Amino acid sequence: MKLALRLLVREWRAGELRLLFGALLVAVAAITTVSFFTNRVQHALNSQTNQLLAADLVLIADHPIAAEFAAQAASTGMRVAHTLAFPSMVVSGQNNQFVEVKAVSPAYPLRGELSASQALFAPAENVTQGPQAGTAWADARLMQMMGLKVGGVIALGQARLTLAAVIQREPDRAGDFFNIAPRLMVNIADIPSTQLIQPGSRVGYRLLIAGDEPGIAAFRAWASPRLERGERIEGIGDARPEIRAAMERAQRYLGLAALVSAILAAVAIALAGHQYLARHLDSCAVLRCLGANQARLFRIYLLQFVVLGFVASLLGGLLGLGGQALLAEMLRGRIVSDLPAPSLFPLLEGISIGLLLLLAFVLPPLLHMIKVPPLRVMRRDLGPPQQHGLFTYAFGALLVATVLVYRAGEIKLGLYVLAGLVGVLLVGTILTWVLLQLLASVRSRARGVWFYGLANVARRRATSLLQILGFALGLMALLLLTLVRNDLFTSWQSALPVDAPNRFLINIQPDQVGALEKFFQGQKLTTPTFYPMVRGRLAAINDQAVQAQDYPEERTRRLVEREFNLSWAAQPRADYRLTAGQWWQAGQAQDQLSVEEGIAKTLNIKLGDRLSYDIAGTQVQGRVTSLRKVQWDGMQVNFFVIAPPALLQTQPATYITSFHLPVGQEALLNQLLRQFPNLTVIDVAAIIGDVRMIMDQVSDAVSFVFLFTLLAGLVVLYAAVLATRHERLYEAAVMRTLGARSRQLALAQWIEFATLGTISGVLAATGASISAWVLAEQVLHIPYAFNTWVWVIGVAGGAGGITLAGLVATRSVLRAPPLGVLRAYQ
Amino acid sequence: MSDLSVLPIVSVDQLSKQVNHENTHLSILHDICFDIKTGESVAIVGASGSGKSTLLGLLAGLDAPSSGGVTIQGQALFNLDEDGRAALRGRCMGFVFQSFQLLPMLTALENVMLPLELSGSPDARQRAALILERVGLGHRTAHYPRLLSGGEQQRVAIARAFVTEPALLLADEPTGNLDSATGANIIELLFTLNRERGTTLLLVTHDAALAQRCGRTLHLDAGRLVATS
Repeated sequence: MKLALRLLVREWRAGELRLLFGALLVAVAAITTVSFFTNRVQHALNSQTNQLLAADLVLIADHPIAAEFAAQAASTGMRVAHTLAFPSMVVSGQNNQFVEVKAVSPAYPLRGELSASQALFAPAENVTQGPQAGTAWADARLMQMMGLKVGGVIALGQARLTLAAVIQREPDRAGDFFNIAPRLMVNIADIPSTQLIQPGSRVGYRLLIAGDEPGIAAFRAWASPRLERGERIEGIGDARPEIRAAMERAQRYLGLAALVSAILAAVAIALAGHQYLARHLDSCAVLRCLGANQARLFRIYLLQFVVLGFVASLLGGLLGLGGQALLAEMLRGRIVSDLPAPSLFPLLEGISIGLLLLLAFVLPPLLHMIKVPPLRVMRRDLGPPQQHGLFTYAFGALLVATVLVYRAGEIKLGLYVLAGLVGVLLVGTILTWVLLQLLASVRSRARGVWFYGLANVARRRATSLLQILGFALGLMALLLLTLVRNDLFTSWQSALPVDAPNRFLINIQPDQVGALEKFFQGQKLTTPTFYPMVRGRLAAINDQAVQAQDYPEERTRRLVEREFNLSWAAQPRADYRLTAGQWWQAGQAQDQLSVEEGIAKTLNIKLGDRLSYDIAGTQVQGRVTSLRKVQWDGMQVNFFVIAPPALLQTQPATYITSFHLPVGQEALLNQLLRQFPNLTVIDVAAIIGDVRMIMDQVSDAVSFVFLFTLLAGLVVLYAAVLATRHERLYEAAVMRTLGARSRQLALAQWIEFATLGTISGVLAATGASISAWVLAEQVLHIPYAFNTWVWVIGVAGGAGGITLAGLVATRSVLRAPPLGVLRAYQ
Repeated sequence: MSDLSVLPIVSVDQLSKQVNHENTHLSILHDICFDIKTGESVAIVGASGSGKSTLLGLLAGLDAPSSGGVTIQGQALFNLDEDGRAALRGRCMGFVFQSFQLLPMLTALENVMLPLELSGSPDARQRAALILERVGLGHRTAHYPRLLSGGEQQRVAIARAFVTEPALLLADEPTGNLDSATGANIIELLFTLNRERGTTLLLVTHDAALAQRCGRTLHLDAGRLVATS
């Protein structure tokens, strides 16, 4: 133990460990910066999206919620609020209107902003709590429909309430757009006096909870097993499909960035580790000659690696902590306003990954190296015996694979990247080997420095292969993160263009469609598409009656219990992506259905299943002939189920559309509602803002992460070049002794590096293009167009960058006095 | 009752070494037999390719023979496994090589300390410093091998070989990489230390002057021991 540490210190002083240490340091710094930062941004994004729930967690029930839940939450330091909602009638003078009443406790909302104004079109002000007892707030639609004024009195059941404000924004107002009636918000203390809640009333009870993340998780774990029939818990992930989709993509992008940094780190560590061990073969032979046995050598080196790995990883982790703090400071205000404090988990994670990667890459060659015959001290041509340790290498490969899949954050992404990596390595090895063979035959025809340059690449075939693969992986990761990242982002953002629909219009009667089209034309707005919508309950699948209790998950039960929105269409919309089956053709049977993939999975519906819907008492049947992917974050009108026109168009239908209302033209809505008073307008501008914010923040985060990945990439290049530095030094000394001029040596090296760089560039561009295509299609679910710049920059950057890096890293080769080199390397 | 001091420290019995090279059977050493007594100095000489270095490698247990055996201090070398031979080397052998074989990442002092540290000696630093002083390198202890001349590197190697006070010192062409003046100095140093410490010395050399300094010379020719003088 002491000897191992003493040797470690001596090697450190002699500069032997710098490359390995540097590779580990940068690798772990890159990994932990990404982890710390994504961890913080994700928490911040989560907490921002939680504003859309008005809480971090909501317990929802169709009956009063037992007091023990609120008591438990409060006892663990959580904040709680209560709301309850029910449909009712509001009476004002001679007018009455069906409304959705929401009663809130004083703590509401726990997250997000509630804003109100003192008159119908007055500016909104943020408020910290809802209506006082004895008062009520109405939304703009209710004010308009009933001609109400702030200060007026309304009757709700037996209670008389003074109208105190107009609701402008209610954080948790979303969800099922199609059942929305105008909103009336009251204080929960006034509910008893309304006498509206009687046994059998349809009331939705909510317990809102907010607090720190572990507390929320603990509460969820405590409460989940205590839930009874009609009770469920929701976090943001359980609601709001458009936010969930955006968040999932965001996490995948960040996961990808983290993964690329890990791959680069692994390559840098592998190259540096390989070089370290190659340099220590002689030392190992001497130590064996001096009496150290294999087990002792293994212990000495292992201990050195563990200590080195731990120190380098710890420092790398601390660097990462500093890096992300700097980043958070730089992006203050641009990213999320307040990032939560980082947890220490990424530090531990970074250290573990650094150590694991190091051991994965050095253990197999170390086990091999300690078998070096001690006779090497007399005969330098002797190396370690032929490698048979397939198991040892399999162990190393398995460790690396585990780290990569873990870093990807999800198995699918990890496996895709892993498969891509193995593919690139395999194909790259074969291609490079063939190219090197070709070079070997070409060089005999080359003259002068070209002969030496090409001869070096071809002669050092194994090292050249290693260098090319190292370069190619590094370049590929950089290409993926720069050019391809932009392409992927552009594709994602194009799914939500600047003029994405921001208003939904529902309850359109069939005979109003024509008039509405004219209205849009008259206002010089793009006329949107009007989609027919039929409401129906799923009655049976393959003639088996569907019952809520057949499904274990509460969310599925609710889905089954409520009515589905069905639509009809002759042609598929351009953005539909069929994942199974075929869209119907004219002349085919009309009892076909196209089902959204997610709902099909949830309800266990398969291609070919027969679904029966109960539409206003009529049974309509269809066979599932296609499954469809839907972009929920695109703000288009989407339906779970679509049928050919003939199947549904005889059923009672209303129409729905979504359109883009430019900012500043909100007055048009009043005009629209005056002309078509039965319509309901739903404003989703805020939701679009939320999704766009997530995109922007992820884009910023990935850009920064890219800097660290770039650094890791540079270490890879440096390590790969340095791998042959000693060999080059010796050869250059021999050649200079034989009369070669510095210029000739430099040119030969230039040719060698440019050749290595070009081959790496071609491999990297191929790998990056294929990976990007697979990632876009299979993981991120966005269309991807091949980018020719990947090739131009990949090949030119590869040749140029590697030549430059190579010449810089080996500049001492040309300067070193030949005698000293020959003496040192004899 | 036998006296250990009169037993041979090295006993070589019908030692042969063959290698297969491109389907041809190459005999490098053939039925070598000799004994070396404690305190003797013996030179193995012969033309290039006569098998001198192979013989030395076998005596050190760095390689395995095709047949025959070697006994060191009464211990049959090839009855031990590789780790056992390593332990024996650490216990009673010292080495000096033609190419010095100093570890480039260790200073002169650290290179000399290494065998003592491997055997767990508590006063490695003092003993290494003393012997470096003895070989005339007391002022260069903190220098790395690349900063030392060939002669200085070989002195460090000799210091490393003697620092454990081995019973047997094996040297492979110790002056092979040195000019004649430096070589003469190294020879002087080697024999002085050998005398001072009563070490048994076995060396392989081309150098006639060096061979003459030894008490006995074994002549090898094409893998056979042809004469002892």
